[in-house]
Amino acid sequence: MTWSEMWSLLEPECWNTAYMVGWSTLIAVAGGLPLGILLVVSERGGLLQNVVVNKVLGQVVNITRSMPFIILMVALTSLTRWITGTSIGRDAAIVPLAIGAIPFFARLVETAVREVDGGLVEAVQSMGGNTLTIVRKVLVPEALPSLIASATTTLVALIGYSAMAGTVGAGGLGDLAVRYGYQRFETGLMWVIVAILAVVISLIQFGGDYAARALHHRGARSGPAPKLRLLKAKEPAAADVTEVA
Amino acid sequence: MNAPVPGHTHARALDSDGIPVITTSGLTKVYRSRGREVTALDGVDLHVREGEVYGVIGQSGAGKSSLIRCVNLLERPTSGTVTVAGQDLTALAGHGPRAGRELRQARSRIGMVFQHFNLLSSRTVQDNVELPLEILGKSGKERSRKALELLDLVGLADKAKAHPAQLSGGQKQRVGIARALAGDPKVLLSDEATSALDPETTRSILQLLRDLNRQLGLTVLLITHEMDVVKSICDSAALMERGRIVESGTVSELLATPGSELASALFPVGGEATGTDRTVLDVTFHGEAATQPVISQLSRTYNIDISILGAAIDTVGGLQIGRMRIELPGRYEDNVVPVGFLREQGLQIDVVEHEGQEPVLVKEGAK
Repeated sequence: MTWSEMWSLLEPECWNTAYMVGWSTLIAVAGGLPLGILLVVSERGGLLQNVVVNKVLGQVVNITRSMPFIILMVALTSLTRWITGTSIGRDAAIVPLAIGAIPFFARLVETAVREVDGGLVEAVQSMGGNTLTIVRKVLVPEALPSLIASATTTLVALIGYSAMAGTVGAGGLGDLAVRYGYQRFETGLMWVIVAILAVVISLIQFGGDYAARALHHRGARSGPAPKLRLLKAKEPAAADVTEVA
Repeated sequence: MNAPVPGHTHARALDSDGIPVITTSGLTKVYRSRGREVTALDGVDLHVREGEVYGVIGQSGAGKSSLIRCVNLLERPTSGTVTVAGQDLTALAGHGPRAGRELRQARSRIGMVFQHFNLLSSRTVQDNVELPLEILGKSGKERSRKALELLDLVGLADKAKAHPAQLSGGQKQRVGIARALAGDPKVLLSDEATSALDPETTRSILQLLRDLNRQLGLTVLLITHEMDVVKSICDSAALMERGRIVESGTVSELLATPGSELASALFPVGGEATGTDRTVLDVTFHGEAATQPVISQLSRTYNIDISILGAAIDTVGGLQIGRMRIELPGRYEDNVVPVGFLREQGLQIDVVEHEGQEPVLVKEGAK
């Protein structure tokens, strides 16, 4: 198989993967963020303590997460058909991808939000802030670096899941690797796909880490974003610089 | 209620019948966890008068934190009432853990500063100060005007665009104070505001609180475990032990109370009798008497030799106060007349009964 033959196969599948993963990540973030926050605030001693809601949501999340993705995809066929009008193709694949990723992201959000210092919540309560204010002005902004890292993890996991979307005829790079690389012994193509995935995932991870770090160190350094460690020796910690004053 | 009067005279003018701004009565807080009950507050009656700095001191675990959190109902008291600026907050609390609109509005009129500052790291200094104003629904222009004004007041006008991570501990607490003042509160609650700071920074933060108390007529209720804090800025103080207030009053009332633990902790005087045939007296000066040469008068009038075993003179809440432990020759029975003379001079005299027993307050690990 020549490079140009490979490319004509690869290009549309790259877009398929990007399309499925992109949309399902957006939906997972939009759905998982409120779900994760709800898991934190509804727990015992939380801002909106509601043990029943907490237990039910926790169970739903656990069950969804414990299901292998390929089974979830099949189990959700009728829901997918109801939402998209079809159970095959890339639009149809977005539904199970998103539904599988929502609880995954929600658990990561839960951990990130739980890390926020309770003193900050108390401070805003003492100013007369309500629960919505606390969520919007404290929990989300303070957890933002972790939330970005969580979204990155979710995006990478979804690229993995999307390899199975081929089972419902959605195409994508993973499907291409299985059909050509495995079933037709086109080992060359398979390695090219592996290389593409490795590069893409590295770039996503790098970008996510960079953004999370930039937000995390906000104010701790002089510039708007951290300098890359690769390019410059590590700067002294902020404490050393400012505490003397 | 009365508006704060500019240049309002504080400390000295205060007496027991000032206007109460914070009143708690029969405040009780019981924590229940896994069938165990812990009583953090056991019927606390607190009266903080308008324009004073009131310090509650006690060991950790004495219930100070629960007390200050019950004042703005961050914690719901199990029973009892809290009244702030004439408003019964406990009546606004409603059921369940969530704060209703009325309670939230009442809270916005009570400022609070914290031991660990509790500034949002995601926001600049100015945005932190603006946060309470956002909650109050003020416009952007009004918020930034007010925030800059407050930052100027606490001496951090040049740090408006900095992030909290770039500030030192003392600067962070100044931001915390500016933020607490954003809603124009009549009352400021300070939860161990200086406990995470070094001694020098502590002094400057206390000075700031004192200045704000004077300039704005702000009533300050603070809790602390450091006697120095009470000594340097409080007009009144209360000592807490095991969920109860065991002593309270203005500093001069406390000093006038024989055997007051707080008074002797504020003015520790040591020194033991040099022999068995001696009378040891603790003499407390305050107000006018502090400026009179009473000891030399005593010596001349009765022709007796007086040894000074220990002495402390200091300014507490703007009052000059001193304590001295003196020794007179002869037993107490022989010294009734000189003691009477001292009492006539308006001094408070406590006879130290047992030799070597030092007045100890805030006993370590009191149980």
